[in-house]
Amino acid sequence: MSLLEIENLSLSIGDTPILKGVELAVAPGEVMGLVGESGSGKSMTALAVMRLMPFAARASGRVAFDGIDILAASEDQMCALRGDDIGMVFQEPMTALNPVKTIGEQVAEGIRWHTKASRAEAEEQARKILDRVGLPSAKFPLSRYPHELSGGQRQRVVIAIACALKPKLLIADEPTTALDVVLQAQILDLLRDLVAENRMGLLLISHDLAVVTAMADKITIMRHGEVMEAGDTARTLSGQLHPYTRQLAQASMHVPARPRPHTAGSARPLLQVDGVTRDYPGRRSSLFRRAAPIRAVDDVSLSIEPGQSVALVGRSGCGKSTLARMILALDKSTSGTIRFSGETITGRSEAELKPARRDMQVVFQDPYGSFDPRQKVEKLVAEPLHVLDKKPANAERRELVAHALHEVGLGPRDMDKYPHEFSGGQRQRLSIARAIITRPKLVVADEPVSALDVSIRAQILDLFAELNQKLGIAYLFITHDLTVARAITDEVLVMHEGRIVERGKTGAVLDHPQSEAARALVRAAPDLHRAIARRLQEQG
Amino acid sequence: MTLHVDIPEETLAGILAKAFRNRSFLVGFVITALVGAVAVLSYAWTPYDVTRLVISDKTLAPSWAHWFGTDHFGRDILSMIMVGARNSIAVALVAVGIGMGVGVPLGAFAAARGGLADEALMRLNDLVFAFPALLSAIMITAIFGPGAINAIIAIGIFNIPVFARVARAGALAIWPREFILAARAAGKGPTLITIEHILPNIATLLLVQGTIQFALGILAEAGLSYVGLGAQPPMPSWGRMLFDAQTRMVVAPWMAIFPGMAIAVTVLGLNLLGDGIADILDPKSRRQR
Repeated sequence: MSLLEIENLSLSIGDTPILKGVELAVAPGEVMGLVGESGSGKSMTALAVMRLMPFAARASGRVAFDGIDILAASEDQMCALRGDDIGMVFQEPMTALNPVKTIGEQVAEGIRWHTKASRAEAEEQARKILDRVGLPSAKFPLSRYPHELSGGQRQRVVIAIACALKPKLLIADEPTTALDVVLQAQILDLLRDLVAENRMGLLLISHDLAVVTAMADKITIMRHGEVMEAGDTARTLSGQLHPYTRQLAQASMHVPARPRPHTAGSARPLLQVDGVTRDYPGRRSSLFRRAAPIRAVDDVSLSIEPGQSVALVGRSGCGKSTLARMILALDKSTSGTIRFSGETITGRSEAELKPARRDMQVVFQDPYGSFDPRQKVEKLVAEPLHVLDKKPANAERRELVAHALHEVGLGPRDMDKYPHEFSGGQRQRLSIARAIITRPKLVVADEPVSALDVSIRAQILDLFAELNQKLGIAYLFITHDLTVARAITDEVLVMHEGRIVERGKTGAVLDHPQSEAARALVRAAPDLHRAIARRLQEQG
Repeated sequence: MTLHVDIPEETLAGILAKAFRNRSFLVGFVITALVGAVAVLSYAWTPYDVTRLVISDKTLAPSWAHWFGTDHFGRDILSMIMVGARNSIAVALVAVGIGMGVGVPLGAFAAARGGLADEALMRLNDLVFAFPALLSAIMITAIFGPGAINAIIAIGIFNIPVFARVARAGALAIWPREFILAARAAGKGPTLITIEHILPNIATLLLVQGTIQFALGILAEAGLSYVGLGAQPPMPSWGRMLFDAQTRMVVAPWMAIFPGMAIAVTVLGLNLLGDGIADILDPKSRRQR
């Protein structure tokens, strides 16, 4: 018998249908993967199970959990279910915890509420479950506050809260999307173990097919609020009978065509970084004393040739972004020199940097945050033209913007729109248009596709590859996603704790990593091919 | 992916439509407009001449001839309130102007520069802030002499740190955003970034603070006039009228009631207006209303 049964669930907000006839079932001890791109209704399905949909939402159909009709249950009944029999893990560990309460209080809260246990008993239980998720009380006492923990540790606390009362069903909504690959692998292992221990049902929501394949026994693929295909994970993904399943799988393994990969050698380096170090002052421990400075980037040297595409990979917090900012002259290095086209850019004034700025542009991760919401596209995309010595006249400027938009696959009519009128993928195109409008020689891209859906990601990677071929732009890709590095770069630099620990041809490094850090990254990186193969093997 | 709550940029028509549905905005707007209209009207027409003293008509109770009664010199209270509105609005308006004109650039500069400049400016700010508004106004008028102009300057100075703080706090929240980083990568300096990106993004914040300061300015002007440091007689002002009424509360309560009501209603109107604007422009309150 199924633990959770969703039959013909439809949901609409106002006149907009969000879910259309969703069918889904989770048995005890089973992991059900729910996959789809943003806006496909995955999260809304999960919220409907918890009956936490927005007030304006109207639902029909049947959601049965352990014999209880969820859609008809009273609010009191639901309160008793939530957190007790159904636990939930959210995507963003930074915001899912209350910053002014200790982790002990937050874990014990649910226990006390549902079991009417005394404070001492609840805390004892909290200590046990925190220990179980890998936060032993010797090192992580209950009195810690969320800000004292790292992202991965916080996500463990969130899981501890969700699993404290041994729920029958755990809903995890993109539990690892905000974490780097190594942490992701650890959290997924933890979830898998918890499921096996308690015979929980797990509804794992993710946009990442590789993650779901590695975790889930069964898979449900959603699109536009409808279930496209559902069934056994290995069979569904190896067969790829449904066109949308095939599209998703291909997009997540997509490698853009690059007919002329860069051949290293002769050319004078475009960018040369020599022994660059960046220290941040330590926290002030008293009025006159500071803790020892924190070294974010430690004696890093690298060089990029014209037209070359280089990946800088590493775990979050390893100093990748700090290095990128120094290369872009947005942050000052503590020591070392950075040379661009032969000119030293470290320690130069803004005016002296102008020529370098013209040839060096940036694409950021978040397509939502990287545009001023109050300006129109024309002005936003034209922003880098500011560094030209001769500022183009209005008509010429519009011409240039239109051309840049055309190159990234957008139309001239988009010029008079505001950024919010575009989807995430389109905004990333805008971001690229802004980066190439001055015809730069180098584009630094900081996780440019990690916020995008797989099919959009494939398109954006294609665009990057195309521009590299057509315009000869060199790239520095900063990413923790090895698939991206593999897809689009010639060389890889592996960064760990502020140092570059390994470098070489992309294929060579990713297939035969030498350093411990690189090995850990490669081991943890989800890979759809491998995951499907392993599943098939297990099933014989 | 989680539910992506994308805050749509509003069209002007959308904002207007929402304004008409927001009750506190509507009430506040009507009251404020009414006060403004009365002040404008007073230039052209008042029921009686406020400078003519008619001792025979002194302390008359409200009647058809004198709706709000007369004061101890026989002047019509309604006319005085009308002319006083002009004075109050002018003082508050210019004071807010001074506060914004000086405070916003200071705050934006502090946010853009950071470090020692920021620290120094903000501590100076704290120093000005530490004095109660009325006290500092009294000090300034005591030094430079009483009068409407000095009252304006005094209230204006007290407004500077308020706007400096609001502007700085707003700007600090915008500076770390990626689009600012993008602008920097495009070679734009802090001044240009502040003008092009920071100010438009904190404008609504300043607008709301402006209405609140406007209300406070009217109160401060009334307070200064009450202690005799604001507009000087024969120019009528609401605070001065209250002062005159003080000793005659028992015999002629209307002398206190009507100017007091004028102050209360105007401040209430402005506060409602400020609340309304904040509600309309705040994306977070949108879903609840």
